[in-house]
Amino acid sequence: MLLVAAATAACRQDMHDQPKYIPLRPTDFFADGRSARPLIEGTVARGHLDDDAAYYTGKGPDGKFTPEFPFPVTKEVVERGQDRFNIYCTPCHDSLGTGNGRIVRRGFRHPPSYHIDRLRQVPAGYLYDVITNGFGAMPDYSAQIQPVDRWAIVTYIRALQLSQNASINDIPADAKARLSQEGGQ
Amino acid sequence: MAQIFPKSANAIARMSVYGAIFVLIFVGWAFDALNRSAYNTRAFMAREQPIPFSHAHHVGGLGLDCRYCHTSVESSSFANVPPTKTCMNCHSQIWSTSPMLEPVRASFRTGQSIRWTRVHDLPDFVYFNHSIHVAKGVGCESCHGRVDKMPLMWQHASLQMDWCLDCHRNPEKVLRPQAFITTMGYQPAGDQEEIGRRLMSENHIQDARVLTSCSTCHR
Ligand code: HEC
Ligand code: HEC
Ligand code: HEC
Ligand code: HEC
Ligand code: HEC
Ligand code: HEC
Repeated sequence: MLLVAAATAACRQDMHDQPKYIPLRPTDFFADGRSARPLIEGTVARGHLDDDAAYYTGKGPDGKFTPEFPFPVTKEVVERGQDRFNIYCTPCHDSLGTGNGRIVRRGFRHPPSYHIDRLRQVPAGYLYDVITNGFGAMPDYSAQIQPVDRWAIVTYIRALQLSQNASINDIPADAKARLSQEGGQ
Repeated sequence: MAQIFPKSANAIARMSVYGAIFVLIFVGWAFDALNRSAYNTRAFMAREQPIPFSHAHHVGGLGLDCRYCHTSVESSSFANVPPTKTCMNCHSQIWSTSPMLEPVRASFRTGQSIRWTRVHDLPDFVYFNHSIHVAKGVGCESCHGRVDKMPLMWQHASLQMDWCLDCHRNPEKVLRPQAFITTMGYQPAGDQEEIGRRLMSENHIQDARVLTSCSTCHR
């Protein structure tokens, strides 16, 4: 009796594994075993013409990196950027952008700090390009991060750079007054 | 002719009528227990993988976020297993000569996919969707357990229908704020019931009647 129970309990019927392709299921039809086929070179998926060069490459019509963002920067965008930055960039660049992430401490090449003059001067489009195409030893993130999130990350890098180089003059006047009052007490 | 059965056989016959009921109940119980057992659902059983990839090292040790690798989990029904390129982001430089990682490098050179062994596998007649659970505040930990302590991946839950239903009846017991979706070892800041109830209304979670109706998962 127990044997019968054991035999039926562990048995998987046909409806459990139907002959259809669900994500990640391999196929023996194609030699490489992938049921999700890679795009054939030269094809463009609907809605992916990507003809807005400034948006998709970070470069203006003159081939130079754009200094502006392709959409208005709001608090939500910067917060989204912070969220994505913490997932994809902090392993190496750490949460302040100084380049001492955990992977670096395990032997990955040390990236430059975001707070050096050169990187504070570069146009926004350049930072977008680094994420899209990589830079030197840094891998590219074009497969892991969508363009809209790449721009969001760039806004957050800008916010980080401001925060690390803020001077007393960047504080709004009323806040400064409050600060000196409270500081004096 | 002498009697074949002694008089005491009457008692045995009477007892076996009742006994049959107990035996049937026992068999039923045994079947149910076996059906729910980890042996049948294959929960807590680590699977052999082509590369001994350790979530304990990468998540627990290095603090990587799940979404660094499982990028599609927030936006699609299934969570992708990362392509070889994602491993090579780091392993082009780290442990780049280790024989353990040779299959990764071979895959990167030849373009052949690494064939990971599937751990979680719902029957094909069940519809499951990651993005809704993640968007409505069910953390990975609630379903997959302490992934940051798994040297090899195993299934933490039975994945049986009553497991899904248990939660669909009372989701407030597990809901957490968006910022902690991938956190392992999450501790609610305050009373879980209260936070859960607030998130239920903030995230517009539907009535248990909708969430437990058959066509939600069998469509
Ligand atoms: C695996 C580690 C790693 C990760 C993850 C990483 N980087 Fe880098 N990054 C580097 C390294 C290493 C360099 C230095 C490259 C060099 O000089 O060859 C670098 C350099 C940079 C630079 C400076 C380029 C220059 O002109 O000097 C920027 C900007 C940058 N990374 C942005 C990012 C952003 C944004 C992310 C997240 C999407 C990110 N990085 C994620 C390793 C990483
Ligand atoms: C460094 C990349 C990486 C990170 C970060 C990562 N994973 Fe994974 N994950 C993988 C790979 C590769 C596999 C396939 C091999 C395996 O099953 O162990 C996998 C498999 C899984 C599976 C089982 C898939 C199946 O076969 O059913 C689950 C569940 C999972 N990961 C959850 C998580 C969770 C939750 C986190 C965050 C706490 C996480 N992963 C972080 C790379 C990663
Ligand atoms: C963000 C960087 C990063 C990514 C992405 C990454 N690894 Fe690793 N991996 C490491 C580091 C760092 C170590 C060394 C761990 C240590 O020193 O504790 C390591 C160690 C390993 C080891 C050695 C055994 C162990 O667990 O210590 C294996 C195997 C491995 N990784 C496989 C993979 C695979 C497969 C992938 C792709 C799914 C991957 N890694 C993605 C950083 C990464
Ligand atoms: C509500 C429960 C639940 C939550 C929350 C959840 N998962 Fe899953 N996960 C499942 C189930 C069920 C499966 C099996 C799906 C199947 O077989 O079709 C699964 C499968 C997977 C797989 C294997 C690939 C696939 O999609 O079949 C990975 C990887 C994974 N989960 C990662 C994650 C990560 C990362 C998170 C957190 C962001 C997460 N899961 C949150 C229940 C959950
Ligand atoms: C830990 C809690 C939990 C577990 C376990 C769980 N779910 Fe859910 N599920 C939720 C929550 C919360 C929602 C969001 C409900 C809403 O938006 O109203 C949801 C929503 C869904 C939806 C979408 C409902 C709709 O609006 O159409 C499906 C489908 C679903 N779950 C299937 C499953 C399946 C199948 C399983 C078991 C393999 C499962 N869930 C396990 C909590 C859970
Ligand atoms: C929350 C999601 C969910 C809902 C709602 C749900 N089911 Fe299921 N059902 C499942 C899952 C998951 C399985 C697969 C269980 C397993 O693999 O052991 C399943 C399996 C089944 C099976 C097959 C059992 C087997 O072993 O082959 C039947 C029959 C079934 N469900 C009927 C129903 C009916 C009738 C309803 C409505 C009263 C219902 N289900 C509602 C998730 C659900």
